[in-house]
Amino acid sequence: MQQDGLILELQNGNQRAFERIYELYSESIYGVIYSILNDEKIAEEILQDVFLKIWDNASSYNSDKGRFFTWILNIARNASIDHIRSKSHKNKQKNLTADNFVDILESKSNFSAKADAIGIKKYIEVLKPVCKKLIDLLFFKGFTQKETAEELDMPLGTVKTKNRACINKLREMLVE
Amino acid sequence: MDIKEYISSGILELYVYGALTEAESREVSQALKKHPEIRQEVEEIEAALQKLASAAAPNYDADALLASIKRKLSDKSGGTVIGIEKKKETNWVSYMGWAATIALLIGLFFVFEDRNSLREQLNSEKANNAQMEQQIADAREDANKAEELLAVLRDKNVSKVQLQGQNAAPGAYAAVYWNKEENKAYIDAKELPEPPRGKVYQVWSLKLEPLTPTSIGLLEEFAADNNKIFTLENANESQAFGITLEPEGGSESPTMEQLYVLGTVAAAP
Repeated sequence: MQQDGLILELQNGNQRAFERIYELYSESIYGVIYSILNDEKIAEEILQDVFLKIWDNASSYNSDKGRFFTWILNIARNASIDHIRSKSHKNKQKNLTADNFVDILESKSNFSAKADAIGIKKYIEVLKPVCKKLIDLLFFKGFTQKETAEELDMPLGTVKTKNRACINKLREMLVE
Repeated sequence: MDIKEYISSGILELYVYGALTEAESREVSQALKKHPEIRQEVEEIEAALQKLASAAAPNYDADALLASIKRKLSDKSGGTVIGIEKKKETNWVSYMGWAATIALLIGLFFVFEDRNSLREQLNSEKANNAQMEQQIADAREDANKAEELLAVLRDKNVSKVQLQGQNAAPGAYAAVYWNKEENKAYIDAKELPEPPRGKVYQVWSLKLEPLTPTSIGLLEEFAADNNKIFTLENANESQAFGITLEPEGGSESPTMEQLYVLGTVAAAP
């Protein structure tokens, strides 16, 4: 749940608000960054950078433009992609193939207590391939609706409705 | 607005992803503020996505990482995180001010540069134009002169006198086109060497017995004249023409050692 009061306090430079924001968002943002970079150490560094940026640029968040989570998501995806484009990454990761969130969940054995990862893993195993792709591109990789439609060779409207169905499945499973 | 239809369209999921255009996102933000059902739906979508993303996160020491972030924040500000608050805000404002000023200056500089280079371009175009105009005028003048010369050559009253090189300049040559009716002598001096500084060619009309030279004029501004055709008045009953090199301004009588070319007028038939 987005806490508008909390965000306002953060924008006013309140340290407690910042800590609370970190508690609320750091793990999911870490998951997004890790699914892009596939390197724990680098992902941790980027995660720290993202939260430094959240603190520095909090005043530029505007709820008219979108969700606070989406705002952070964009910072995290951009920071990850910037890193991939950087020289150090290119030199280091040349031979690694990128995993998506599905690969990560399927190969994961050591789950954090907080997330119901075991349940999610079970669900992911039966998730339709098209859902895996849609969620990977739209959510984890930050593709726009149009880019996703082009990537998957799918009409624009279908991206929207198919994705809705996929997320509904995910939500059902999480409620259970 | 049909809220159920709006929710089931799938636009809210794209909204949370950040996959919509900015304009579309603004519309959803508006709808969300107006309709609690939409807000509720967005919150649930967001919660599901957060859980999914959290599941993809490796295990990590959240507290240690937060401590590290806070350390970096206070390192940057040189104080505590709380201390950053005020400093940060003022820094931010003044930074924005400076950034705007610098951006404006850079912008102005480019405008100024642009204007300058445009002006330079314009000036050089103008100069080019003037040069072209001059060239056209020159060409027109040359054409007029050529026409005039042709008219001179074709005139039946004109006789041509060839002046051959003499001791002072054996290779030199000149010609006089003499119009007796109009008392004009056209001197073609193309084959004369350029006179040295401080010297000038002087043209003489000669009567032979006894030898009586009469100056009919100087070939002034010799070097600057392109076609080296000079028009002089000659009312004399000339029997020969000669050209000598004389000090600037000319002489009363020819300096015979500096006689360059000489030629006699053919006797009238």
